Amino acid sequence: MNFIDGIGMISPQQTLVPGRFPDDVVEYTADFLKCIEPVYKTYIDPIPLRRMSRLIRMGISSARICLADAGIAMPDAIITGTGLGSVEDTEKILSDISKEEKFLNPTPFIQSTYNTISSQIAIHLKCHNYNTTYVHRTFSFESGLIDGMLQLGEGSSTRVLVGGIDEMTLNHLNITRRIGLWKRQPVNNLQLLNSRTPGALAGEGAAFFLISADRSDHSYARLRDVSTLIDIRGSYRRDQAIRNFLLQNQLQPEDIDLLIVGISGDAVFDPVYHQFASDFFPNAPLAWYKHLCGEYHTSTGFALYTAAQILKSQECPEILLLNHKAPSRLKNILIYNQFRNINHSFLLVSFPD
Amino acid sequence: MPQRILVTGYGIISSIGNTVQECYQSMIAGVPGIGRICNIDTVLRDELIVGEVKRTLPELLDMAGIEPEEGYSRNTVLGIIASSEAFHHARLHENRQLRTGLISATTVGGMDRCELFYNDFLTNETRNAYIDSYDCADSTERIASRLNLTDFITTISTACSSAANAILLGARLIQSGKLDRVLAGGCESLTKFHLNGFNSLKILDQKPCRPFDKNRAGINLGEGSAYLVLESEESQKITGNKPICELKGWGNACEAFHQTASSPDGVGAYLAMKKALELSGLKAADIDYINAHGTGTDNNDISEGKAIETLFGNRIPMVSSTKQFTGHTTSAAGSIEAILSILCLEHQVIWPNLNFSEKIDELNFLPVTRLITGEPVCAVMSNSFGFGGNDTSLIFTKI
Amino acid sequence: MEELIEKLKKEVIEQLNLEDIKPEDINPDSPLFGEGLGLDSIDALELIVLLEKNYGIKIEDPKDGKKIFFSIRSMAEYITANKK
Repeated sequence: MNFIDGIGMISPQQTLVPGRFPDDVVEYTADFLKCIEPVYKTYIDPIPLRRMSRLIRMGISSARICLADAGIAMPDAIITGTGLGSVEDTEKILSDISKEEKFLNPTPFIQSTYNTISSQIAIHLKCHNYNTTYVHRTFSFESGLIDGMLQLGEGSSTRVLVGGIDEMTLNHLNITRRIGLWKRQPVNNLQLLNSRTPGALAGEGAAFFLISADRSDHSYARLRDVSTLIDIRGSYRRDQAIRNFLLQNQLQPEDIDLLIVGISGDAVFDPVYHQFASDFFPNAPLAWYKHLCGEYHTSTGFALYTAAQILKSQECPEILLLNHKAPSRLKNILIYNQFRNINHSFLLVSFPD
Repeated sequence: MPQRILVTGYGIISSIGNTVQECYQSMIAGVPGIGRICNIDTVLRDELIVGEVKRTLPELLDMAGIEPEEGYSRNTVLGIIASSEAFHHARLHENRQLRTGLISATTVGGMDRCELFYNDFLTNETRNAYIDSYDCADSTERIASRLNLTDFITTISTACSSAANAILLGARLIQSGKLDRVLAGGCESLTKFHLNGFNSLKILDQKPCRPFDKNRAGINLGEGSAYLVLESEESQKITGNKPICELKGWGNACEAFHQTASSPDGVGAYLAMKKALELSGLKAADIDYINAHGTGTDNNDISEGKAIETLFGNRIPMVSSTKQFTGHTTSAAGSIEAILSILCLEHQVIWPNLNFSEKIDELNFLPVTRLITGEPVCAVMSNSFGFGGNDTSLIFTKI
Repeated sequence: MEELIEKLKKEVIEQLNLEDIKPEDINPDSPLFGEGLGLDSIDALELIVLLEKNYGIKIEDPKDGKKIFFSIRSMAEYITANKK
């Protein structure tokens, strides 16, 4: 069995200070939700810190927070998922070479490679163990979790560090807005569902989890299963997939005490979630999270953080609930996220008994 | 007893050939694919030589049988060509009841179009079809769509070891019973972006690269794509595919030393090779040939050489780099060189380490400098190391 | 020379993002690498870009950097000797 034993979460919410989230929700009216960043010197030596771009800083800091939370110095594997890697560094090079192929600084190029976060964490910890990086849109973090659980299953590892990290920049927002990903106007994150317009509210975040093969007295939750499904041809394979997913985990729809979905305020794709909920879990309390962290490729990191907090505290904050149905029991939480109705993912977490 | 992992198909496109057969012919003939830059508009075209696939993007699209349509990057089309060859070789369109995964690796993604259209992205709507094809997942999803492989897909990027890690994950997913067969590999096209990036690191040789030579002066970049089909024994019984070889061991370790430099003693390389060897159940003396990462940089070749000496002691297998033929194909290198290594098992040959003249002072062994034939080749090791110290080693054995 | 040294200090701080260091903290004769400011091979490459961009001096072999970038003073001397 696999347990979440430590968490480090940098997000647009007060997730760095224990006890502040979700009582003290941060409200924004913005083009995108930006992370509340820590004082990096607390986590990273000043000499390497000075040339790190924001994504790398957030990644290393959240990994360190996670390891400290779990009380572990050296994980058996470091696995990172990132949909876009360091957008800031990539843009710097693109902007430079589009003017003139001269005087190019090596630092942004080095940091633009997607594996920089995983390998920088390894350098900081002097960790020679298994190290890899997944870069597949909304499967990035999920692929990392699947790999991490494989590692634990193989018996070669007992504690793996798995993270999901993405950043947003104004440039990238403007470019990807052209293909309909985002809302055209700034919106209030707590009024997101009132906008009823196409496009999501963009966001970002860095989440690391220490997944352990053994339960400890501070385990947050049991990570039971993670599954991804690609449905390129619109063949409704998702419906069969969720049935199989429940079956494999020996669960009935009624066993799901809380369904957390990736509703993002996007009038085009939010119906996918509502349909899913009513088709398979008509009686389950329904929660969402993207009004708090925004939409980004590794947003299920925030969802998993939220689910873990809920299971540990045995309380589901009102701010997350969508259908005003409070869960009567908190044992099994299913997270469902999708991107363009093509990339679907399921994460199942349970109370760590 | 863990599942055996059988290799039952392969496909490749690189500067030395557009199919496995063509690449084999070039290797046997000793003809490298390194030359002037033809397909990229860059000021570096007069300074650098590269291993380029000698086709324009429209020619590649035509070759892949793709209707002219916007949104395809060079990287994606290279990926489609190589993955299709492997797909058909192992007849993955049959026996659809078998759970079949696609694990692909890239780092540049659709950068070749992105760098061309970046100003349009910022200022107008004319190139919107390419905005989506910029990321790493795009090539993987287009391959999955064309080949209808949807049971499990993901994309890996660990710089120059990416494709080796794709193969490694494929093997582990089969061993865990999650999948029956996997199409695993990587694609990487040359771009102005990484030509300039590597150039800023001052590790590109303007002359043909000289791995393991005392006077080596850096890398020749290259491009290409390659995929393997891996199957469990159960799956192979159903498909009836003839196994080409067995993927016997794999190891992934991290240098944890520096973002771009390898450690002087090559601890990451040593650990990756050692893990692969342990998993394979072979002894060091069983390895007949190492297809080295051998980039030709000052740093890599000493570090990798030292690691080989530490692991193999005074019984060092035959060692060569094949980057003098293909160029350093970065994220695709792991799968391209895996196939070149497998060809050694199939045809009982060892590839020569071209452009060699003088031994590195710090190392005690010489690379193989001529084509070796007539000696038994039963087990080969293929090394792929990446920036950030992401080191991976694979071992293939004759059936 | 002293003027160039003061200018170089500011440029090095900017190029290498040495956030907490002020020009007066840098002794022009102290080693920049290793113990000194804790710089490494990537910084050496950044300094090569600095010389090329600000002074039109091209260094092809990064190994030459070791001597040139030993200290702020050695950099200044190299620039004075090679500036076009």
